Amino acid sequence: MASDDPLVPSELAERVIARALRNGGDWAELFCEQRSSFGLSIDESRVEGVTRGRDLGAGVRVVSGETSYFAHVDGLAEADLERAADAASAALSGERTEPTALSALVRGEPQPIETDPADVTADRKADLLRACDERARAAGAEITQASASYSEARRRITVANSLGTFASDDRLRTRLGVQAVAARDDRVETGFETRGAHRGFELLADGAAEATADAAGRAAVTMLGADPAPAGTMPVVVGDGFGGVLFHEMTGHGVEADHVQKGASVYAGMIGEQVADPSLVAYDDGRLPHEWGTEGTDDEGTPTQRTPIIEGGRLTGLLYDLIRARKDGVASTANGRRQSFRHLPIPRMTNTYIAPSSDTTPAALIGDVSRGFYAVSFAGGQVDPTTGDFVFGVSEGYLIENGEVTRPCRGATLIGNCLAALRAIDGVANDFDVRTGFCGKGGQSVPVGVGQGHVRIAELTVGGTSV
Amino acid sequence: MSAEPGEELEAVCERAVSSALDAGAGDAEAFAEDSRSFSAEIFEGQVESLTESGSRGLGVRVWIDGRVGYAFATDLSDEGIRLTCADAVEAARVADADRFATAPEPSNEPASDASFSEPSFFDWTPERKLELAKRVEQVALAGDRIEAVESTHYADELSNVAIRSSRGVEGAFTATASFAYLQAIASEGDGGDRQTGLGFGMGRSPETLDAEAIGAEAAERAASLLGASKPASRTCPVVLDPTVAASFAGFIGGLLSADSVQRGRSPFAGRLGEPIAADLLTLVDDGAAPGGLASAPFDAEGMPAGRTALIEAGELSAYLHDSYTARREGEGVRSTANAGRAGFRSAPSVGPTNLIVEPGVDLRFEDLLVEAGGGVLITDVSGLHSGVNPVSGQFSVGATGRLISAGGDLADPIDEFTIASDLQSMLRAITSIGSEPRWVPFGGSVSTPAILVGEMAIGGS
Repeated sequence: MASDDPLVPSELAERVIARALRNGGDWAELFCEQRSSFGLSIDESRVEGVTRGRDLGAGVRVVSGETSYFAHVDGLAEADLERAADAASAALSGERTEPTALSALVRGEPQPIETDPADVTADRKADLLRACDERARAAGAEITQASASYSEARRRITVANSLGTFASDDRLRTRLGVQAVAARDDRVETGFETRGAHRGFELLADGAAEATADAAGRAAVTMLGADPAPAGTMPVVVGDGFGGVLFHEMTGHGVEADHVQKGASVYAGMIGEQVADPSLVAYDDGRLPHEWGTEGTDDEGTPTQRTPIIEGGRLTGLLYDLIRARKDGVASTANGRRQSFRHLPIPRMTNTYIAPSSDTTPAALIGDVSRGFYAVSFAGGQVDPTTGDFVFGVSEGYLIENGEVTRPCRGATLIGNCLAALRAIDGVANDFDVRTGFCGKGGQSVPVGVGQGHVRIAELTVGGTSV
Repeated sequence: MSAEPGEELEAVCERAVSSALDAGAGDAEAFAEDSRSFSAEIFEGQVESLTESGSRGLGVRVWIDGRVGYAFATDLSDEGIRLTCADAVEAARVADADRFATAPEPSNEPASDASFSEPSFFDWTPERKLELAKRVEQVALAGDRIEAVESTHYADELSNVAIRSSRGVEGAFTATASFAYLQAIASEGDGGDRQTGLGFGMGRSPETLDAEAIGAEAAERAASLLGASKPASRTCPVVLDPTVAASFAGFIGGLLSADSVQRGRSPFAGRLGEPIAADLLTLVDDGAAPGGLASAPFDAEGMPAGRTALIEAGELSAYLHDSYTARREGEGVRSTANAGRAGFRSAPSVGPTNLIVEPGVDLRFEDLLVEAGGGVLITDVSGLHSGVNPVSGQFSVGATGRLISAGGDLADPIDEFTIASDLQSMLRAITSIGSEPRWVPFGGSVSTPAILVGEMAIGGS
């Protein structure tokens, strides 16, 4: 399915960049995007919300010193691009800057796609949702509702800049989400499960979609039997996969270079310092095969890479886009990402995770806890990078008593401070999984992979209703 | 782009409707939008980024025998319109039939002719807007113990919207909006505590933004939290300041949308006519409220905007409807003009417009604090979207704020704790509503005073 042609020919890109720099500026960039998306959902056992969308547009950025001038337009015709170049350069008044000729096109390394969703009929996708609906409802007599949604989006980009970069990337993401609601007497609980990847329709084949629905149904029924969560400070074991949202929030955001350069991060000035147990290793890796946050290049044309964040418990580096890298005199770590051509790139995570250990099993982590909390899955989380204060809503959680996972708990929230919680990690298990996240920052949402094995935090505040 | 609702957009809609019918749609509705926006970020007195953009797009919804399909695109050429309509028709063919799904009929009532654009909006040059944002930052930086300001943002938008349908729905309007906001960082210095505080202002023109007030609010909020500690876990009176009350009001408004109710995903389902809140609470949705930025002459289906009392003196009096949920409800239920949409990329869906918590009488903020003596003031909550279970109404969210002394004075700052309850209990536990409302852009577009909840669980140390 990969198309080898850039979205605009190099000669046109060069003309637009030169035009953008005619009133000065240090460098300029043209970002072109073509996005085609399809989605549908099932609710009340009825397929609905069938939507197809097509976006085509470009953003032109001119950077002068510390200032970015940006304009975007719909369409990729020469006149559209010229309009964007004129708008972006309108506020500048200096001598023309001469751009470097574009290098040969660099193509981001593609993720092999077995079945292009575009080749699968919409009816087949509708049938998949019907199967999910049936399976989620089959999880128990107490399931009162099920809903599921399927989405696919192919996003092709071409980016060119006045330093000679000329790159194209082609991303395809497919995702399924299933929600089940279970009721008993006055109690209503939900279960939610997702499966998504930088992959084709094969992601959902061979029973994978049905298994996702089973898990959602099971979680809803399990939570029906949940007691109010405890409130207080205790050891917390965080589950694999989506549990990684914890690290994403409490460390990932804090090492994005823009926050750090403004002093608005608790990690500012801490590079090289011991921030965690010496055994802890963590990465941001935009190249993990098929993962949700994986791309060939970032949205500035920099080929993606694996960037260590913590090694031996020491904070090793920051996540950079081109602008913040230039400010620190380093190379971009290929974390310049944007929601669409309508947005300026900013440092963003790709797939961020704590690396698994070699020996400890999840059961061993839990076995050492006499009274604690097991957070299997989060509904989401939030952190203030400046203060490091974070909060996570637990969607599925259990009590740990005498080394065993016992009763399910509802309404729990984990709350704490990044630096303290990171230092308090006293165990990482040998399992590993990456799940689909949508990360919001500066009004932009981008797909990110969150992952880890089971992780134990020796002490964390659990906020619940059971005081 | 002109300030007049674009005739061009209406022509695009007209072409789209007939193209969709040609492609096999039983009925079709086209929505076109053309917007121009300006935004800037200021950092340390310098412009960090400046964005100027124009954006246009078309969304087409079609009905074929109770099957609904939707498609959108940015290509408004004849060929682009044709392709979008073909996409929508193809999408409808995949959907299952729903006997309540038919195209909305036009309303007999006239839409408001109020203006949703402010003439002074067009007088402001980019330079003046940048000066305004720089002033906001300066004011914040001058605040007591303020160490820095994260980017100060200014953003505005001029948008033209048109809608047409094969049933005769038609309309167009122009709206303007301006925002400024910032996050100030206060510090005790030398490795001491740091706290952040938000300041914001909004209106239909930069003329309405008060730079001094916006900057000062961020500085005061940040500095007031310095030295915060974790409070002891307990149950006590809780005052929600307007920004926090608005977030909760927005959540409740969503759960009073008929779509959530009919699909059994609202804790308020089946409660119409019953008391669901303390009798001093009245919550209204008003799509034409003069101060509300969600105000428009009509909703996403062309229905004239109106006012719907959701909770009256504590009693659940109505749900929010669009044409689909009204038809599904049956028995003379009509759309309350609450079809909303997040631009041309999304099909209309039911939701609040402007939510208004009716203010109490003669109850200043200070008076509320006296009533809440020994409790806490919540000035910010985090994790609301992950911390509230929309089906059961249970929530546990992170919070920051201040202790309230027994005598009603603001005392030590507190953070790293949670407040937990469920929305139903919280509504019943409201014991006072302040008399000083404020428009807040959280939870949608909400106007609310501070609210005192008599009892809520605090999870701290």
